[in-house]
Amino acid sequence: MQEKQATIYLDNASTTSLDSKVLEAMLPYFKEQFGNASSIHALGQTARVAVEKAREQVALFLNCKESEVYFTPSATFSDNLAILGVVRVAQKKGIKPHIITNVIEHPAVLEPIKHLEKTGQIEATFLPVYQEGIVKVEDVERAIKSNTCLVSIMQANNEIGTIQPIDEIAQVIGNFRGPKKYPLFHTDAVQAANYLDLNVEKLGVDLLTLSGHKIYGPKGIGVLYVKQSTLLEPIVFGGHQEAGLIPGTENVANIVGLGKAIELVKSSKLKVQSLRKLRDKLIDGILKEIPQTFLNGSREQRLANNANISFKGVEGEALLILLDQAGIAVSTGSACSSGSLEASHVLMALDCGKERAHSAVRFSLSKNTIEKEIDYVLNVLPKMVEHLRKISGFKV
Amino acid sequence: MGKITKPDGVGNTQNLKCGDVMKIYLKVSKKQGKEVISEIKFETMGCGHAIASTDMICELALGKTLEQAKKIKFSDVALKLGQMPPQKLHCSSLAQYALQQAIFDYEKKHLKPKATPKKN
Repeated sequence: MQEKQATIYLDNASTTSLDSKVLEAMLPYFKEQFGNASSIHALGQTARVAVEKAREQVALFLNCKESEVYFTPSATFSDNLAILGVVRVAQKKGIKPHIITNVIEHPAVLEPIKHLEKTGQIEATFLPVYQEGIVKVEDVERAIKSNTCLVSIMQANNEIGTIQPIDEIAQVIGNFRGPKKYPLFHTDAVQAANYLDLNVEKLGVDLLTLSGHKIYGPKGIGVLYVKQSTLLEPIVFGGHQEAGLIPGTENVANIVGLGKAIELVKSSKLKVQSLRKLRDKLIDGILKEIPQTFLNGSREQRLANNANISFKGVEGEALLILLDQAGIAVSTGSACSSGSLEASHVLMALDCGKERAHSAVRFSLSKNTIEKEIDYVLNVLPKMVEHLRKISGFKV
Repeated sequence: MGKITKPDGVGNTQNLKCGDVMKIYLKVSKKQGKEVISEIKFETMGCGHAIASTDMICELALGKTLEQAKKIKFSDVALKLGQMPPQKLHCSSLAQYALQQAIFDYEKKHLKPKATPKKN
């Protein structure tokens, strides 16, 4: 429909492009510096130094000790380790552990919890998020029981970008916990890392998940911050790496890349205000120019780069394809192409109906997004929606 | 694409799971004693595959006799469209169902007692 131009990439919640400074930092560890970080010889020690430098960079970012930073093969692994690892230790107390989470978590959190629940190993509570897409602190307070071993609430949502009141939830958990060990508090901060304060002391979390490829770093690398490692058991077994908690030879290049990427987040945070302005221009432009469009999730408590919008009478995936043909990359709320035909569990949780869930498109901006790109989207989008509404017979 | 104002038959199907809605409108005329689809239009709210599938089945059905059109299978649509990912085949089968419904609707209105729709 539109003439093709260079890709306008507005799918940064799926993955970000690799920062060239990150790539530069990683390159030597693919070839010249190929050593195994566990080897004693000089080549091995060079790799070890690089890994420990990255650990220092992460610790600085999270305001924690270096010994509390664990590198994992992915954020999904981090989430699984946090949940399964905590449950393994808690089960030894002889009581059935209880976990609190919420309905819009990433599958990397929801699925291990559902698995544990289904196999009768734990009790689980899935808190609602209401129309705004935000967990209520008093709901957490009410759900905590004497056998609650873990609360897992994401810092910001991947689809609608809503920000959860992590520090307030931590306070409630802390009040209940007192001098005891449980409940522990885990947060998946994968989407939040670019935009929010991840100071673990301020947040009051015991476990925190990070990912490399959402912060202009490489794919296939994650972090789990663990405040007290004795409350966690490994979920895979092997060598002594990462204090035996995550065995397997360290992915040195990726670890170096993640360290560099996290160091760079600080400078990109300075640009968050202008990013938010661009994002607001996109949201306001769409809501104003295209009738029957709706923003999904809270407008205020929302990541600066996220716009998730439903276009009534149009299926998100059809719009995605037209946008793609015009060189604009976005993603949808419908998981249609992933095999399941169900609408996104996140949008369905907002209680705004199936149709609105199926008609949602997520635009997620990056530090590299420029105003010209947003202008282009605002220029071509109305015609595409009009076209698809003609096909669907939807009258505005 | 679009609507026929005074259609002879309308098929309206939807997949509750994926949310797709398809409508097919028919005009039927007699040609050498046979009932032929002389005009066909559609409205689809769905993904690209759903839109393409309804578009294609309309193209395949235009000019065919009703008996021929009834025999158009979702696999014919998928074949014509080229590489359909397996999880999208249901879009084509929804289009097949919409066309058959439109034909049954026509036959029902034009009093053909033998033409009760088959339950699948």
